[in-house]
Amino acid sequence: MKNCEYQQIDPRALSVSPLSAQSHTTEKKEQRPRRKWEVFPGKNRFFCDGRLILARQSGVLPLTLGLIVVTCGLFFAFDCPFLVKHLTVFIPVIGGALFVFVVISLLRTSFTDPGILPRATPDEAADIERQIDTSGSSTYRPPPRTKEILINQQVVKLKYCFTCKMFRPPRTSHCSLCDNCVERFDHHCPWVGNCVGKRNYRFFYSFIISLSFLTSFIFGCVIAHITLRSQAGKSLVQAIQESPASVVELVICFFSIWSILGLSGFHTYLVASNLTTNEDIKGSWSGKRGAEESGNPYSYNNIITNCCVTLCGPVPPSLIDRRGFVPPDEVIPAASSASEMELPHFSAKNDVNMEENCQDFSLSCTA
Amino acid sequence: MATEFHNLQELRRSASLANKVFIQRDYSEGTACRFQTKFPSELESRLERTLFEDTVKTLNTFYAEAEKIGGQSYLEGCLACATAYLIFLCMETRYEKVLKKIAKYIQEQNEKIYAPRGLLITDPIERGMRVIEVSIYEDRGSSGSSSGSSSVSGSTAR
Repeated sequence: MKNCEYQQIDPRALSVSPLSAQSHTTEKKEQRPRRKWEVFPGKNRFFCDGRLILARQSGVLPLTLGLIVVTCGLFFAFDCPFLVKHLTVFIPVIGGALFVFVVISLLRTSFTDPGILPRATPDEAADIERQIDTSGSSTYRPPPRTKEILINQQVVKLKYCFTCKMFRPPRTSHCSLCDNCVERFDHHCPWVGNCVGKRNYRFFYSFIISLSFLTSFIFGCVIAHITLRSQAGKSLVQAIQESPASVVELVICFFSIWSILGLSGFHTYLVASNLTTNEDIKGSWSGKRGAEESGNPYSYNNIITNCCVTLCGPVPPSLIDRRGFVPPDEVIPAASSASEMELPHFSAKNDVNMEENCQDFSLSCTA
Repeated sequence: MATEFHNLQELRRSASLANKVFIQRDYSEGTACRFQTKFPSELESRLERTLFEDTVKTLNTFYAEAEKIGGQSYLEGCLACATAYLIFLCMETRYEKVLKKIAKYIQEQNEKIYAPRGLLITDPIERGMRVIEVSIYEDRGSSGSSSGSSSVSGSTAR
């Protein structure tokens, strides 16, 4: 028989109490303990019991994967035998290595949490509102939208996010497609079906760089293949007729190369100046103010350092704890965004309703 | 020590949550993780300022260590890239190791310093690294907790 352990204090605040004790959910809920990803408020999809995360609109990720696999498949099947015979055996080896690297980078970009910030708990939200609303007026007015702070002696405006109910940290932006605030938000990429942010930017960068190499490599090999064939006494048309798959590859590679190489170049520039696509597009640090002092406050003013920090810096952990268990004494509010809830002991503005349960809350209502 | 830990258990059973104070992030040096060391006024009656500042400063040092960019982190990054990031499946990153140290430190601080004063610190990782949440508890036996009211804006400097 499960023992009802009534705990006053939010068990998550105490690391001494093992989480497993709560996950043997006692009492009223006859359902199994739920993991946090199941009650996640953003528009995301989860696989493998919370280990993998994807945006709900996965965009054209299947198309991206399909194109890469099909092109490489055709390459290995039709071009490689000829090239191995006439050139070198390293061609499929290099092609294979590039292909594996591209696919792994792509999957890592798509299925990694980009740096989603969990929404503010109701207590936090109430505290922020109280701090802003210091005039003490009883009428509820929406909090001001910005707060200014100094970063490296430069003024930066922090915006208030109404969905997540917090002031966004610098470089954080709210993605409307995924309905999440993402740290160091770069952009939402439909090709990988996920946002690109702090935690998966390096995977995205490796993906586009390796993809550039892969497409250029395949393009070059196919050209070499057709050239070699037509040199052996046959005409170009005949060579193409012998190997029609090469034409398909040529077309795909030709059109991809322009965009992929362009994108790689653009992102290399962003990495070297420690900017995000979002900041670059909005022109946050350039030109607008004209003065010399308003440069990028996050840049180290050294290309090598910027590159190393962005690509080889430490990877922060995922903040949304997908696989943790929802503590049993929590109520999932219908309208509210936060999935974590605590005793409402103060705040009239708290839009959470609290179920009466066996735990003794009588004194918490003294507020 | 036995007495403090005993207090932590008692805190669980006999105290009720009265208020929460949130220590916000300090962005003056960039986006690295740092918390403000300003002493919140709600804790004046409960806690010595130096103890609080020590805790926050130590936490800041831990986070700086986790996010330090230097030889070791570059090595980790390059190794990860070379193995197509598969190495993270078997290895723990330095950040995760430091986070474990932080969790232990916070637990220790709670047991030794905060619980005997009726306070509890929540690990910032559980709040998305946005705030350090300090919960203030009232002994249930004491009636009429005035702490519920307070629309005091947090941490005004003294």
